[in-house]
Amino acid sequence: MKDAGFIIASYVVTFASIGLFSFAVLRRSRSAARDIRPEDRPWS
Amino acid sequence: MTTRVARDRVTGTPFTRGLGIVTIAGIVWLVIFGLFVTPADVNQGETVRIMYAHVPGAWLAYLAFIVTALSSAMYLWRRTRSLTWDRIAGASAEIGVLFMGISLVTGSLWGRLTWGTFWTWDARLTTTAFLFVTYIGYLAVRNLGGTHHQRARRSAVLALLAVLEIPLVHFSVEIWNSLHQEASVAGNTDVTMDGLMLFTLFLGVIVFTLMYVWMLLHRQRALTLEDMLDDTGLDRALAARRTEAGVS
Amino acid sequence: MLRTAKTIAAKDLRIELRSRVIANQVIPFAALVMILFAFALDSDAVLERVAPGLVWLATIFSVLFIVARSFALETTDGALEALRAAGVDPMGIFLGKTLALATQLIALEAVLVGASVVLYRADVSASGGVLLVTTAILATVGLASVGTLYGGLAAGAKGRETLLPLLLLPVVAPVLIGATRATESAFGTNGIDVSEGWPWLGLLAVFAVLFSVVGAVAFGPLVDD
Repeated sequence: MKDAGFIIASYVVTFASIGLFSFAVLRRSRSAARDIRPEDRPWS
Repeated sequence: MTTRVARDRVTGTPFTRGLGIVTIAGIVWLVIFGLFVTPADVNQGETVRIMYAHVPGAWLAYLAFIVTALSSAMYLWRRTRSLTWDRIAGASAEIGVLFMGISLVTGSLWGRLTWGTFWTWDARLTTTAFLFVTYIGYLAVRNLGGTHHQRARRSAVLALLAVLEIPLVHFSVEIWNSLHQEASVAGNTDVTMDGLMLFTLFLGVIVFTLMYVWMLLHRQRALTLEDMLDDTGLDRALAARRTEAGVS
Repeated sequence: MLRTAKTIAAKDLRIELRSRVIANQVIPFAALVMILFAFALDSDAVLERVAPGLVWLATIFSVLFIVARSFALETTDGALEALRAAGVDPMGIFLGKTLALATQLIALEAVLVGASVVLYRADVSASGGVLLVTTAILATVGLASVGTLYGGLAAGAKGRETLLPLLLLPVVAPVLIGATRATESAFGTNGIDVSEGWPWLGLLAVFAVLFSVVGAVAFGPLVDD
């Protein structure tokens, strides 16, 4: 399968970027949440 | 003890947690089906497997931008003027840019294999590139500063302008392109779908939609936290100054 | 509203007449770009072929500077806020600034077309001239209204110098396409007939009408704080 590199690369790019984005969002909200009491958050 | 609980679930709720688990299971399922279970295409061979990551990504990017436009309109409409709409618009645009970037990369990889080139100047590709840049600009405008409502108004107007701009760009590129049709780089690139391939593509769309919803919820809540922090940040800085002054 | 527009436009043009920032800096910049294109592309035949595109590319780059200048005038002393606080109609402000911008652009385009005749051996017949003038007017209205709209959006914000190109360049792509094709047939590039240029004016007209109307409506909410 000569195209395997390209195919795997496209899957890796897709899910790695989504994973990194999600991780960054969670980390940013964690640092933002340090100063906000849980009961102030509208969704909890 | 309370801080520990707060650290553990910041923007999460039982719903998003469940959604996240389902999404991860869906991704695994999609990868297995996309890479191993589905057959190779008659014309494209194995390269068709890129489709299961590329097509849903592109669709979801468009969906995300539609959501941005709709929630911007909701914000501008007086009766529903709430920063929540603005934050949904911003979060959705971020995810849309992410998905669009991904599908530009996967698309050009796929294009290299099937057309022999990373890029062609056809209307759809060119418009997509413009869309990508436009929303990068939109996100830059969101970071300009000012009050939250200033940010919301500016970016909402911009999001609605983008809705005007994109069809116009697409139309003009299309007629520009029809003038000098180069020798087609594409050979026979038709994909003949059998049932399993169609199902996998459908699965991809569902999995990407679940990812989108999960990311949208989290990102929107994160933006809410950041806005709250902005609002209270000045008060806390003042209080800190006062205690400092009182101590010394 | 029209009186406001006239006052604002006259004010902007008077400032330009006294300061001559556009005449002494932006127009030379555009001419310099044309010369640099000649270095980069190197061959007379190529230059002749791409001359129409280069004229409009140089115009669009210069629009960025003119728009930045136009709004630097308004934000340095908080003039825009003062105008709004005084209850001046935002639609009038928009039209006035667009008008002043369009006037400056027309002057710039005249210089650039002249430069392309001299430098790139472009050739304009009488009927081509009519097409060229119409193209320039329509493209200018479109560019000026989009420029004013996005300039107002970025006005007063930090980092606007770098933001404006990012916002503006994707939007003006249709103008670049339409005006370049129309100018090609006005110049007779590649043996294209003059009559082939007129359909492209439809695109330019749609763009001009759309963005001047939307701009007039949207400018108020944008600058209103």
